[in-house]
Amino acid sequence: MAEFVMPSLGADMAAGTLANWRVALGDTVSRGDIIAEVETEKGLIEVEVFETGVVEALLVAEGEKVPVGTVLAEIRAVSAAVSAPASVPPSESAPGDIISSGASDVDLDGPMASPAVRRRAHELGVFLGGVEGTGDHGRITLDDVQHLAGAKAAPIASGDRVRISPYARRIATERGVDVLRIGGTGPGGAIRASDVLGARVPEPRKSVSAAERMQSAIAAAMTRANDEIPHYYVEHSIDMGNALAWLRETNASLSVAERLVSGAVVLRAVARALRKHKKLNATWQGGEVVPSDGIHVGLAVSLRGGGLVAPALRSTDEGSLSDLMARMTDLVSRARAGALRSSEMTSATITLTSLGERGVESVTPIIFPPQVAIVGCGATLERPWVVDGQVVPRPIMRVTLGADHRVTNGHQGARFLSALDGLLQEPEKL
Amino acid sequence: MTSDEIRAVLLSCLTDVAPEIADEEIADDADLRDELDLDSMDILRWVQGIHKALSVEIPEEDYGKIASLEDAIAYVGTRL
Amino acid sequence: MTAYRDAVRTALQTLLREDPRVFLMGEDVGRYGGPYAVSKGLLKEFGEERVRDTPLCESTFVGAGIGAALGGMRPIVEVMTVNFSLLALDQVVNNAAVMRHMSGGQFEIPIAVRMATGGGKQLAAQHSHSLENWYAHIPGIKVLAPATVQDAHDMLLAAVEDPDPVFIFEHQMLYGMEGPLDTEATPPSPWKAAIRRSGSDVSLIAYGGSVHKALTAAEKLEKERVSAEVVDLRSLRPLDRETIVGSVSRTHRAVVIDEAWKTGSLASEVSAILAEDAFYELDAPVVRVCTLEVPIPYAKHLEEAALPQVDRIVEAAKRSVGGG
Repeated sequence: MAEFVMPSLGADMAAGTLANWRVALGDTVSRGDIIAEVETEKGLIEVEVFETGVVEALLVAEGEKVPVGTVLAEIRAVSAAVSAPASVPPSESAPGDIISSGASDVDLDGPMASPAVRRRAHELGVFLGGVEGTGDHGRITLDDVQHLAGAKAAPIASGDRVRISPYARRIATERGVDVLRIGGTGPGGAIRASDVLGARVPEPRKSVSAAERMQSAIAAAMTRANDEIPHYYVEHSIDMGNALAWLRETNASLSVAERLVSGAVVLRAVARALRKHKKLNATWQGGEVVPSDGIHVGLAVSLRGGGLVAPALRSTDEGSLSDLMARMTDLVSRARAGALRSSEMTSATITLTSLGERGVESVTPIIFPPQVAIVGCGATLERPWVVDGQVVPRPIMRVTLGADHRVTNGHQGARFLSALDGLLQEPEKL
Repeated sequence: MTSDEIRAVLLSCLTDVAPEIADEEIADDADLRDELDLDSMDILRWVQGIHKALSVEIPEEDYGKIASLEDAIAYVGTRL
Repeated sequence: MTAYRDAVRTALQTLLREDPRVFLMGEDVGRYGGPYAVSKGLLKEFGEERVRDTPLCESTFVGAGIGAALGGMRPIVEVMTVNFSLLALDQVVNNAAVMRHMSGGQFEIPIAVRMATGGGKQLAAQHSHSLENWYAHIPGIKVLAPATVQDAHDMLLAAVEDPDPVFIFEHQMLYGMEGPLDTEATPPSPWKAAIRRSGSDVSLIAYGGSVHKALTAAEKLEKERVSAEVVDLRSLRPLDRETIVGSVSRTHRAVVIDEAWKTGSLASEVSAILAEDAFYELDAPVVRVCTLEVPIPYAKHLEEAALPQVDRIVEAAKRSVGGG
C-alpha cells in the first residue's frame, strides 16, 4: 500500500490545508495525476500523486489542516486485488455527517465547500458554481447556502428570452460565454457580436490566496536568506549582439506560434552553463551542500497584483529551444493564473530573475533558500563597446550572480559567468 | 469587422494574457507595456492570440506599431 | 472605354457574323436603329432577313421567336421594355418556359430575349417598372442582369449559346455608361454573382442599375469607417447562393438593393436565402432597400424619392452595422 502524504510545498511550510480532493474512493490514478488541491500561503497548489493504483482510503477531510508528512490517502498498486473501500473518518464540520465520497452524487471538483455544505446546497437546490463564500479563503458556509436559497441566486435560464443575434449566439457558444451575463448594445438591448467578443470567458480556476499571505511568505524567505546566507556577488557585462541577431533571424523564419523571446535563450544558456558548475546548482540543507539531481531553473515571475513566485522549469538544459520556449510560456501563464503544480514549486535548483523589461541596468538579487545561487539579468542596452580596436555600439546585458559563500567563492562564480558569456556568443548551439 | 469589433477582440486577447486587467479602463492611447506592466513574453502571447483569433500575423519588427490600443486597432484593421 | 449600348451591339455583330441561325427581331430595331441605338447600323450590314422590324404586338413576335427557335433558329428577340413584355407573358410562361418539360425533352427553345428595364427617366407609372422578379420566379427559363459594359457584351453571347430561353434585362439608365470592354478575354460564367468591391462590415447586394449606386454608397461608407462589400448578383435565375451566403458569412450583415417594389421582390428572395443558409452568421436583420410602394411618379423629385438612392443605401448600411 502506497501512502500519499501532505507534501512540503515550500521551505517554510509546516502544515497545509487539504482544500479539495480531486479523486474519489475507488478511482484509479496514474503517476502524475492531480489528486488534490492543497492550500498554502502561496496559494492553491495542485498536488500530483506519484503512484499508480486505486485509491483505497481518503484519510483527511476537505478543509482539514494537517502537518507536513501526514498521510492523506492510501493507494493500492494496480496489480493487487482491490478490497472493499475502507471506512472513512467522520467530518468535523457537523455531528453525524459523513464524508460522502464515491457514493455521492455531488461534484467533488469545483467550489470550496465542505461535504455538509454541499449536501445542504443539494437539498435546497442551490447551485454552487462560481459562488464566493464568506468563510475563510472564500469557503462557502452553511449560512451562504441558506442565503442563496432564499435569494434564488442560481443562474437558471429565466422565462424571458434573450435578445441576441444568431451570429452572436453562435460565437457565444463557441467561446463559452454565458449570454445571460452580458449586456447588449443593439436595438432594444439586443446582444450583438461585438458584445460577445468583448465579454470575458470566466476563469476556470480562481486563486483563493490573498496577496498579503503571499507577501508575508516572501518576507519570511527573504529575511531568512539575508540572515543565514553569506552572499557574494560577481557581475559581468555580456555582448548580446550575436544572440539577438540569431534570434531575429530565427524568428523571421518561424510562424507566430513558434516565436522565441530572448529570455528563453538566456534561460537555456544559464542552464547549460550550470552543467560544468554543479556547485552552483545545489541546495544547502542541514548544514551541508546537497548537489541537485538535474538542472531545474526557477523562473522568477512577478504577479501583477504584487507577489512573486519562482516555479521551476524541469531539466532546463535539455530538449530543443522551441520546446523550452513553449514550456516557459506555459509556466508563466499558469503562474500568473495561479495554477502551478506542487513539483514546480519545490524543485528549483537555482533561480533566474530578469528585470530587463523594466529597463533597469542590473539587479543584485537575494538567493531563495535552500538554493545556493541566483542569477539576475538587467536590460540589454546599446553601449559603446570596443571591438577589434574600434568603438562601436553593441547591445550589452549586465548579469549578476549572487551565490552562497559557504558553497562557492568568487573565482568559481566568475568562471560560471564567463562560461555563460561564451554560450551566449554561440546561440545556434543552445 | 468594425473598429469596435477589432477593439473588442484585441482587448479580449489581452485579458487572456493578463486576466487581472479586465476591470481596468485602458485608455486607447496608453502605452500598453508601461501602463499594464506587460513584458516581452506577454506581448508575444498577445500577438499569438491575435494571430489565432484574426489570422493577422504581426512580425517582430512591427511590435512598435502596436504599442497602444489605438495603434494596434489601426494596424490590425489594415491587415484583416 | 466603350458605351454599354455599343458593347451590346458588338456582341450582336459577332453573333450575326458567326452564326447564320442568329437573327434579331423587335420593334424599331431595323430602320430606326433601335430605340436605345443598340442596333444602329446592323440593318445595313446584315439585311432584312437578319434584322427584322416587327409589328407593335409583343405576344405575336415573342411567340414567333419561340416558333423560330423551335424550328432550329437562334433568335434574339428585343422587347422594347419590360413594361410592354407583359403582353407576351403568356407566351413566355406557358410556351417558352414549359415546352421542354411538356415535350419530355423533345423540344428545346434556344431563344434569347433582351429588354430594357427600370425607371429614372420620368417615364411615369406605366413605363418605369422593374419586373425582373416576375421572370426570375419561373422555372424553365434563365434570367440575367448585366450591370457592367463587359457583362452587357458577354452575357448576350452566353444567352444565345444556351439551349434554354434566357431573358436579359438591360437597365435603361446604363445604355450610355462607359466602361472597359475586352472582347478577347474568356468570360466568366454568367450564372455566378461577382464581388465588385471587397469589404468586411456589411454586404451590399444588388443587381442591374442598382449596382453602381451600391458602389457609390460603399465609397461614402468608407469615409465613415464602415467597410462595405458590394455583390453584383449578375444572374437572377439561378441566383448564386454560394456567393451571396459566402459574402454575408464574412461580413455578418446584409443590405439588399432592388429597384423593384419590396413586396415579393428578389430582395425578399435573397433575404430568405440568407435566413436559410446564413442564419447563424447574421449579426443584424437583413435590410431591403427597394422602391417605395407607390406607382412610379412622373415628377422628377417624386420619382427620385421613390426609387432607391445612394443615401438610403448608406443609411441602411449604417443601421445594420449598428445592430439593426
